[in-house]
Amino acid sequence: MTKDKSVKSGFTRRATLRMMTAGGAVGLLVPSMLGKPAFAQTPPSEPTGRVVVGLSQEPTVFNPLMPHIETDDGVAFSIFDALFRITPDGEIVPNLATEVPTIENGGLSEDGLSWRIKLRDDVKWHDGEPFTAEDVKFTLELITDPNFRAWRTAGHVLVRDIEVVSPTEITWRMEEPFAPYLSFLSETFILPKHILAEAEDPNDAPFNQAPVGTGAFKWGSRQAGDNLQLVANLEYHGDGPYIEQLVFKYIPDMTVLYTQFRSGEIDLVGQAYITPDNYEEAKSLDERVVELVPRGTLESIYLNQTLPVFQDKAVREALYLAIDRKSIIDLLNFGVPGEAETFMPETSAYYNPDLPKHEFDLHKAASLLDEAGWTPGSDGIREKDGVRLSFTNSTTTGAHLREQAQQFIQQTYAQIGVEMKIENLPPAVMWGEFWGQSQFESAMVGITYLIGADPDVTNRFHSKAIAADSGSGSNNARYSNPEVDKLLEEGARTFDIEKRKAIYKEIQGIIRDDLPFLPLFRYTNVFGRKEGLEGFEANSNTRTESSHAALWYWG
Amino acid sequence: MAAFLFSRFLQSAILLVIVSIIGFLVLYLMPGGPLSQYALDPGMTQEDIARITEQLGLNRPLYVQYLDWVWSLLQGDWGTSFRDGSPVTQVIARHVPATLLLMGSSTVIAVAVGTWIGVRGATHRYSGFDYIATVGAMIALSIPTFWFGLIGIYIFALRLDWLPAGNMYTIGDGSVLNYLHHLILPSIVLALVHIAIWSRFMRTATLDAISQDFVKTARAKGVSERRVVMKHVVGNALLPMITLAGVQVPSLLTGALVTETVFTWPGMGRLFLDSLGYSDYPVVMGLLMFSALLTIVANLCADIAVALVDPRIRLA
Repeated sequence: MTKDKSVKSGFTRRATLRMMTAGGAVGLLVPSMLGKPAFAQTPPSEPTGRVVVGLSQEPTVFNPLMPHIETDDGVAFSIFDALFRITPDGEIVPNLATEVPTIENGGLSEDGLSWRIKLRDDVKWHDGEPFTAEDVKFTLELITDPNFRAWRTAGHVLVRDIEVVSPTEITWRMEEPFAPYLSFLSETFILPKHILAEAEDPNDAPFNQAPVGTGAFKWGSRQAGDNLQLVANLEYHGDGPYIEQLVFKYIPDMTVLYTQFRSGEIDLVGQAYITPDNYEEAKSLDERVVELVPRGTLESIYLNQTLPVFQDKAVREALYLAIDRKSIIDLLNFGVPGEAETFMPETSAYYNPDLPKHEFDLHKAASLLDEAGWTPGSDGIREKDGVRLSFTNSTTTGAHLREQAQQFIQQTYAQIGVEMKIENLPPAVMWGEFWGQSQFESAMVGITYLIGADPDVTNRFHSKAIAADSGSGSNNARYSNPEVDKLLEEGARTFDIEKRKAIYKEIQGIIRDDLPFLPLFRYTNVFGRKEGLEGFEANSNTRTESSHAALWYWG
Repeated sequence: MAAFLFSRFLQSAILLVIVSIIGFLVLYLMPGGPLSQYALDPGMTQEDIARITEQLGLNRPLYVQYLDWVWSLLQGDWGTSFRDGSPVTQVIARHVPATLLLMGSSTVIAVAVGTWIGVRGATHRYSGFDYIATVGAMIALSIPTFWFGLIGIYIFALRLDWLPAGNMYTIGDGSVLNYLHHLILPSIVLALVHIAIWSRFMRTATLDAISQDFVKTARAKGVSERRVVMKHVVGNALLPMITLAGVQVPSLLTGALVTETVFTWPGMGRLFLDSLGYSDYPVVMGLLMFSALLTIVANLCADIAVALVDPRIRLA
């Protein structure tokens, strides 16, 4: 790590804006009123220093359109640009585009079927070639090319008749209105046509190992199994970059990762973050900033709705009542995660804050089961019409906090005559057909429901998304509610934000009532970085902490 | 000699085929598979997973996949990594230097220190040094490598702060000195077990050599003890070590697997574990075959070397 503190003077447009909006006028007049002199909070006029991000998984996929995992996103966000990006507040703002298309500005037709995107004219690829609408067309067509091993194709498969109007304008038609597409496009990085179109097979192109993008950082070098180094793109069209070098360091062991953060070898703990058990100690470290950042992932117990025992709503309610959630959060997870009643992140504009709050009440749970006719059998386990109130719960082996939570829940369930057997599986087995084809009875799992900031959850809750019933999607609980289906379809074709808010709040209400899953807690990541690393802003609407590394600098 | 070589080559080839079949079956029959890592990805549907499965050819019958793999292998194509997207040979080649560096340095340490301890133990039989060496070897052989690694990190990196806790080098400092600094702890840890083995074998071989007539003759002729040991004893005692080296080289690779994990060393051992975790079949199979090949070739070389030295072996 080189922490170069030689900050040169010079205010960028963004820095000036930031200063103005945050009471910067006072800061300029009375610098001593701020903790540091005003100039120290300003990015350097040219890229300076290096930031080392520690990751517990190794980034290996550098073509962002190909199947990849979260950790690869950090690299993609730095090398490439999408048409739009999502701010921490969930607002979609232009990136390679000059404006976000709306019905008002004519970018979208009234029926949401015709799209027109205007593009920047000052963007260059890292090799100096100009970025044009042809690149956007090429990218969108590549994703649906049957010969290309594309990542997710949802949304893109609806795009028809792409036309390049000019180098800075592109239009297309959607097969059906699909409001979430804007959000999907914020995670769709545009690739260079002039390089990939020449490749014999884009799946095996040399580009995939040394990508060329338009982003704030250029490909540097890679030591496989150890680190990846990116260098500043001095011709970047946006703000930044303010650091010379961005390094992703792969440290597979979480304890070692934390140790190296403590010893100063890494500047920022990236994906996987600091484990909850180290949170208290991390907070006390000198010259380190450690903060809790709520994420969009929800830990819950998924109930396979086709199991006779779970088809009784009283059972699902009783099971929820019988979970001592607070103890699971406070005692097993060191108080780090947050309580949640819905799949929608609290940071989302579509979050419904009016849902009934969970209560832990064994007596009430038992009464509910009594009333529903579930009476204790000879072995103490309740039964009704020959069905025992017994089921298995599965999660990944080795996830010790989850395993402890399972045992804890198992004990409380036993107190109300419910038998929960634990059958855990290795991750590769758990997330194979067992999960995908809903072969589990119940599963303890952490799920991210949203793509970007869009509230559409058709993939998780629509009855046509049940893969086990030959559907297309990931409705693994095999949840089916015609009312939710109808609302989800309406939400996907509604572009008016206020109307969408009402729709998705209603969906949350119905799902909270139906309880196809029992919420345990909202994931909260422990972010750690060295003091002096400025410009860092957590964004729970992306999958990576490095989504805006262009704005980082040493203060 | 030709018949001996032909027989050894044939045995090796059969062994490789058996290893490949077992490895392939075990790996490909494991539930889950390489695409299970995308199961919780929002927006990625089972349809997407099915499409990619087909594109990768993973939905074909197992024997077709195996024969296809063997056919490609015979043509020099080791396949393409699912995780990385680059040819398996390239993926392995990227990790070979780190492992070679670790194995090389630990081999030098193991052979040098092991030989010295063995010879000194034999020439000073039942001395305090010999007893300490014997007990030390027992301990080194009984305790797992990772434990030594963790203890080493705790003492030398965390408590004393003399050596780095892991990694091959510090980002931003590519000097030879920096590499050497990072190499000390992992290579010593990896060498420990091999020092123990090497020293025990060397002690026995040296004792055997000491009792030979030519050593007695040399002594009778008034050759200095130092010269007797260095020229006559050690030289002859090293001969049986050829076989040991044949076994030790591949086992160094196994040891590196653990050591590389503990010390976050970007070598083949770590690559193997990572690839296994992601069910990256082509890379795991590539490493398996590479390891099998290394074992077979090392043993073959040892057999040939011994046969060359001692004609009785090839006639047996």
